[in-house]
Amino acid sequence: MIDLPKTSRRKFLRNIGYLSVGFPLLNSCFGKQDPTVAARMNYNGDFPGSMRNASKVNAWLQVLEDGRVMVFSGKVELGQGIRMAICQVAAEELDLELDQVEVHLAETGLTPDEGYTAGSGSISNSAMSVRYAAATARQKLLELASIKLNAPVENLIFYNGKVNTKTSNQSLNFAEILDGAQIDMEVTVPVPLKVNTEYRYVGKPIPRTEIEKMVRAEAYYIQDMRFPGMVHARVLRPKGYHSKLMKLDKSGLSAEVSGVIKTVINGSFVGVITEREYQAVKAESFLRNHSEWTESFLFPDQKDIYTHIKSIADHAQSIRNDGDVSEGFNSTETFKSAFTKPYLKHGSMGPACGIAMYDGEILHIWSHSQGIYPMRSAIASMLKMDEEKIHVIAVPGAGCFGHSTADDAAADAAILAMNYPSKHIRVQWSREDEHAWDPFGSAMIMELEASLSEDGKIKAWKSDVWTDSHSMRPNNDAATLLDTRYLENPIELKARGYLAGGHRNADPYYSIPNMQVNVHYFDGPLRVSSLRSLGSYTTIFSIESFMDVLAEKVGKDPLEFRLAHLEDERAIAVVNKIREMCSSEILNDGEGIGFAFSRYKNTAAYSTVAAKVWVDKSTGIVQIKKMWAAVDVGEIINLDGITNQIEGGMIQAASWTLKEQVTFDQNGITSTDWASYPIFRFSEIPEVEVAMINRLDKPAEGGGEVSMPPTGAAISNAVYNACGKRVYDLPITAEKIKSA
Amino acid sequence: MPKYTLHINGSEKVVDAEPETPLLYVLRDYLELNGPKFGCGLSQCGSCMVLVDGNAVTSCVRSVDSIGASRVITLEGLSSENGKLHPVQEAFVEEQAAQCGYCLNGMVMASVGLLNKNPNPGEEEIKDALQMNLCRCSTHTRIIKAIKRAVKNQ
Repeated sequence: MIDLPKTSRRKFLRNIGYLSVGFPLLNSCFGKQDPTVAARMNYNGDFPGSMRNASKVNAWLQVLEDGRVMVFSGKVELGQGIRMAICQVAAEELDLELDQVEVHLAETGLTPDEGYTAGSGSISNSAMSVRYAAATARQKLLELASIKLNAPVENLIFYNGKVNTKTSNQSLNFAEILDGAQIDMEVTVPVPLKVNTEYRYVGKPIPRTEIEKMVRAEAYYIQDMRFPGMVHARVLRPKGYHSKLMKLDKSGLSAEVSGVIKTVINGSFVGVITEREYQAVKAESFLRNHSEWTESFLFPDQKDIYTHIKSIADHAQSIRNDGDVSEGFNSTETFKSAFTKPYLKHGSMGPACGIAMYDGEILHIWSHSQGIYPMRSAIASMLKMDEEKIHVIAVPGAGCFGHSTADDAAADAAILAMNYPSKHIRVQWSREDEHAWDPFGSAMIMELEASLSEDGKIKAWKSDVWTDSHSMRPNNDAATLLDTRYLENPIELKARGYLAGGHRNADPYYSIPNMQVNVHYFDGPLRVSSLRSLGSYTTIFSIESFMDVLAEKVGKDPLEFRLAHLEDERAIAVVNKIREMCSSEILNDGEGIGFAFSRYKNTAAYSTVAAKVWVDKSTGIVQIKKMWAAVDVGEIINLDGITNQIEGGMIQAASWTLKEQVTFDQNGITSTDWASYPIFRFSEIPEVEVAMINRLDKPAEGGGEVSMPPTGAAISNAVYNACGKRVYDLPITAEKIKSA
Repeated sequence: MPKYTLHINGSEKVVDAEPETPLLYVLRDYLELNGPKFGCGLSQCGSCMVLVDGNAVTSCVRSVDSIGASRVITLEGLSSENGKLHPVQEAFVEEQAAQCGYCLNGMVMASVGLLNKNPNPGEEEIKDALQMNLCRCSTHTRIIKAIKRAVKNQ
């Protein structure tokens, strides 16, 4: 059970401190046990964007009454392990045991506003902010202890939450040093950071403590939250995107379904509140069968979707223009390929859930949203409430892989809570609604053209990308929430969100003297938003498939061809590493290995993926036998955490590549369950192997998305090498291989 | 509303529920258990798995009325009373075989169901036994390692 928020932060901290006594303690089997004083070096670089509005130490950490430390982060736990990574960084700089650090993740009014937990940005933003704040706090604690212990700083030992003098038995914990105060100084350069060769935790495979809670079935997820008197609800989604409610006959509802408390109707929004959860399921079904809706607009025919996309696209915009592409294409043979990718689902294992309670003054919302502050802004705008009257607490849900439906479920609960105050209302989405109303990853087209010079290198390159938006996340535009479009006074979307995500990595990370990238934005028929790695999965699938096509034209080994166009030594290192990893692989008949490289966003982490596949030449069926990844995320925070992300990313992207596409007919989405939208099951899972290149002197980048983009092309190239067939239209199905 | 006496995790529980109520809703909503998760309600993903008389089955479409005197074990019922984890639970922690962990209930229950029948399964038998269970984070390879470790630790 999670208590209602306390009005006083001091009281809150005391409570948390008290509660934490009973927490299971992680055995400290890592790092040095001796209280040595680690060397430190001044950091004089830039601070992360997250510190712009949270520049003081106490925005990021506070000392609890028992001397332990509470760290605040505005990021949320999605299963990526950010809680442990932040704990490691804080414990490192403050020389604490891991169990002396509590991490409090996103809650409005308490943690910094760090926008969305997205884009592989939590390590570089949140964890690094915590690092600088913790190192600053350590310095201040030493100075204060020096005064209290009447000893110079050089004579103090700062270790495991105690500060001792070298010459006496006197020691103080952090709370005793601060006397009830907190460190409210600004974090400024220089920051004395621990020298990375002396790390106890950072870079090590520290296990996540949440996993034991999960296996013990503790209340961990939003779906597990129970409040006294909590009631349940479901929302009847419209028949189609643009359908309006014409008629709703709820006269027989209470006779048919027991436990119905209230039906809330506002325009075309219909929610039903019941005592028990299954009653809400039945009530929603009853209302569905007793409602009439206007028809929505018709979707285009799915088989014509890419033609349709081109027909509705805006004029091309030039994104990059190096050298002279026309000149590079002049009087020489050019090669062209066109690639297509369907709409993809997030496919979270747990359909969205939201809980809300209006206490007459404050609307409290529990949500697995990726951005509680921006979501609060959207909900405030939808309900025409003051933002300060809304309190949002982040609670983990199932992994979401981008902007899915969590915010919409929170908005459902918020509307219902305002109509039925003083009770906690828990809204649970159905699988069918989760699948049909998901803001999908956009369908995309990428057309490539290149010419080659006599030395076998690329002379000129042109990319053309067709894409819808890659983020329609909640913000102060209330229409980013699904519900607002169906209320009595509906709000239509004004903006198109983050379009630029569509051409992410559309400019190859290769040295090419003449390069042009154009983007053609369209406002497509299906609801879209950000899906893990945004446009990069399609752009890298296309570029890296095409690189193999070009390598073959000049008769070069695919990896050699890439190396000939790479100058960045970190890029070269991951390419060489992948070659080494699969150098001893023996290929049988029908088997092939394919490779692909990318530097995520062209500015972040490096990854090369290899896939070994077997293709049944008579049926076209592909089986992935093994996948390898060589990855450089700069400084590694948690070796096991990043490895887990890379492994999972490869397998998820392999499922996209071989199996997945949202299906629809003119009347709506038809892939509304796991049978009509199949994803990988155990029989399809390859072995995976990951090599991490740790670069202690390079900034720590997130790795949640980096293995996705190269995976598609690695598989496609492997299929080509196995059977001589190349598929340009995702997913790579047996039928397409047979007819290629 | 009919009364049902159910055998859950070694004790008898009496619930008043409509006959068609799926077992999952009885376990989560009436008995306040967290282990079985709502994933699809269509018996397609395995998140809601429990053991019924030792066999791992989904609970989201199985009505409370159909349970009768069967013995139902949930994730909560696997560890011993002193808190010691079942070897499969222990192995999932040791292998860090989760990301978001939402599917973990079904993965653990399907694994225990497998080991109940076959204490020494090979990799193909493990994959067969978990074919029902989806994991979107795609921690499959760790889950397979965890089951192999549990086999050794039994």
